[in-house]
Amino acid sequence: MSKPLKQIHLAAHFPGVNNTTVWSDPEAGSHIEFSSFAHFARTAERAKFDFLFLAEGLRLREQGGRIYDLDVVGRPDTFTVLAALAAVTEHLGLTGTINSTFNEPYEVARQFASLDHLSGGRAAWNVVTSWDAFTGENFRRGGFLPQEERYSRAKEFLATANELFDSWDGGEIVADQETGVFLRDAKAGAFVHTGQHFDIEGRFNVPRSPQGRPVVFQAGDSDEGREFAAAGADAIFSRYASPDAGRAFYTDVKNRLAKYGRREDQLLILPAASFILGDTDEEAEELAHDVRRQQVSGATALKHLEFVWNRDLSSYDPDGPLPDIDPDISDTHISKGRAQVRMYRDPLATAREWRELAAARNWSIRDLVIETGNRQNFIGSPETVARTVNDYVQSDAADGFILVPHITPTGLDPFADKVVPLLQERGVFRTDYAGTTLRDHLGLEALS
Amino acid sequence: MHLAVALDGTGWHPASWREPVARPREVFTAGYWADLVAEAERGLLDFVTIEDGLGPQSSHFLDPDERTDQVRGRLDAVLVAARIAPLTRHIGIVPTVVATHTEPFHISKAIATLDYVSSGRAGLRVQITARPNEAAHFGRRTIPRIEAYDSPDTQEAVTELFDEAADYVEVVRRLWDSWEDDAEIRDVATGRFIDRDKLHYIDFEGRHFSVKGPSITPRPPQGQPIVTVLAHDTVPYRLVARQADIGYVTPHDTDQARAIVAEIRAEQRAAGRADEPLHVFGDLVVFLDDDPAEAVARRERLDALAGEPYTSDAPIFTGTPNQLADLLQELAAAGLTGFRLRPGVVGHDLPAITRGLVPELQRRDAFRRAYEAETLRGLLGLPRPANRYAAVATATV
Repeated sequence: MSKPLKQIHLAAHFPGVNNTTVWSDPEAGSHIEFSSFAHFARTAERAKFDFLFLAEGLRLREQGGRIYDLDVVGRPDTFTVLAALAAVTEHLGLTGTINSTFNEPYEVARQFASLDHLSGGRAAWNVVTSWDAFTGENFRRGGFLPQEERYSRAKEFLATANELFDSWDGGEIVADQETGVFLRDAKAGAFVHTGQHFDIEGRFNVPRSPQGRPVVFQAGDSDEGREFAAAGADAIFSRYASPDAGRAFYTDVKNRLAKYGRREDQLLILPAASFILGDTDEEAEELAHDVRRQQVSGATALKHLEFVWNRDLSSYDPDGPLPDIDPDISDTHISKGRAQVRMYRDPLATAREWRELAAARNWSIRDLVIETGNRQNFIGSPETVARTVNDYVQSDAADGFILVPHITPTGLDPFADKVVPLLQERGVFRTDYAGTTLRDHLGLEALS
Repeated sequence: MHLAVALDGTGWHPASWREPVARPREVFTAGYWADLVAEAERGLLDFVTIEDGLGPQSSHFLDPDERTDQVRGRLDAVLVAARIAPLTRHIGIVPTVVATHTEPFHISKAIATLDYVSSGRAGLRVQITARPNEAAHFGRRTIPRIEAYDSPDTQEAVTELFDEAADYVEVVRRLWDSWEDDAEIRDVATGRFIDRDKLHYIDFEGRHFSVKGPSITPRPPQGQPIVTVLAHDTVPYRLVARQADIGYVTPHDTDQARAIVAEIRAEQRAAGRADEPLHVFGDLVVFLDDDPAEAVARRERLDALAGEPYTSDAPIFTGTPNQLADLLQELAAAGLTGFRLRPGVVGHDLPAITRGLVPELQRRDAFRRAYEAETLRGLLGLPRPANRYAAVATATV
């Protein structure tokens, strides 16, 4: 007997602050106006997606001491947009990135419990960490957290939030107008938490929400991040949307679950994935090439090279050869507020490798950045993309994907209209929502 | 005359939840709030405020209680506001935020975003908390217990909390201005999405915190959403005068109203804001029925259920919509520019406001007959403010 087909999970990430998002295209709309978010959410719900995903930013990025101006800059507040989207959707899960460093558990737990009530059980929290003093400059405590403690704070933050969510069991509100008993339990919401990062006590003031707690996502990739996810997350927002890297990550993370007493189906692996659709595979390839040129202008290419060289390269010609000077490997970084900088652990080696590669292929700076940068994950006709997505999931490279279109807000429409029906025909994606909560859509058990 | 309604649970009377119209099991659902705000919008009200707090409601001013006979628990007011904004078209939406324990950076972007999702109808009501138990929910600071209200220690502690709130609003406002309106340029020729010269560090350095900026959210549709403050004394009047667009005050007669308005106007001049528009609204709790005896009987019935007479920081009005219209016009003549009514029982007194009081005021030509503006600022007759940083940039050219 063959293995039963896995059901694919699909979600959509509203594209934002990075050069994946093409703003120069005439079709690109606002990334701030609510109408854009409403359009995007309605498309995702029309396609029966599990959820919509919003990222977060707490400090504008800088490069060379100035605000970075080549990508989309600026975004609305995560919680506020998600709550408003609950008004224009009925089923779609609402997932928001909320930082555990520059927030406090009581407030964040209130916000997520409130969002879960206001959406009828559709809230999810992507827990992320930061530590840098750069972001801290926007907050009361500044850069108070040593880097090595960011996951210990995140872990304790999540545990504390769970204690607050669980401080109401759901049966307390009687609201009997005849007898005058509103609460069954005078101590509803009572909590005490004593730990390394939080020492708090009192009464949580939001009654238990439809899902009990929001669904929890985790997005970090370090060993600590993977352990954090294995110990307590419901899903991972990963970056491995290719078959081999995806399977390696999938296996690694799922193997970590047993030691926490958890089953493999209790943690979903959902990589972020971009896509380009054409009527034919050839057309999609051409389109993908054009989109990459839009994503990486000459100016953008120079700025990306600066991540490695850690020097001002603005005097170089992006259509010319790579710099023959070596990267500056001092401790000060030219770029602030973005993760890419830390990806290049050995800038001297990377620079050497890139120079050799560019020379061998006759690539300009811009060609190199385009070719070594993130390519679209799924390129092809709707049939090709549907087949590929399904192959990845059936071969355990992922449990599904969080799709990131390159255009706001209409970029998801072609996938919804052309690929989803093909997945439904194959019997690997729902034709309608079976439940009402995000836990239902993700196939997670309800909390007791 | 401007009219707002303060929404809180099933109403301001602690026994309000026991009235048949009260829907106490629904106060944690979106539909409940959507219905209330739709009713307020039918009455052409300027805005609704939504109460909030970082701890359970209590019958004590400073301490938690363990009562089980009153509504306990509430949803985050900013999220309730955002949830109902797309369902309404005209009415302003003003959630409460607590300055003492939250981050001005987060609140600034949240209210800016509320302004986007409501197309220019957002505001906030900024509140402080001196409750030690709420401080313990955060664990970042201890708030000394207020023992005697007129002691110098108490005065100092309260003044400090209000000064911190003034800094907080200053940061929130600077962050709203930290993007000039036309900062997003999408200039394909140069590849620049924004003109970064039109984004500004706010570089706020205060006694309580410092914030760098700029905001991550572009300047909201109103430029500056409406900042409101409830005030009962000189120290909070000073916060109103320094930082608010609307102050809510609680005079019990016209003389007191005149005196409070005069004090706020004097503080406003002292703060160098004499030329800026600042509304002073009277807050009243209302129990409204067509027969005055019925209103009294209803309030007494609620008091009996609660086991004690209802008291409030604000004057309590019990009577007919016509009598309330008389009173509001009298108070308006004493210098109040609007009113925020707190319905005793929201399911009863809100419709009494929208279907009784509002038509009566319209008959007297004292209230609008249709929404005349698209934004909350427009409804309140407040201009869209210039960006403080743009002005600086122009001045230095």
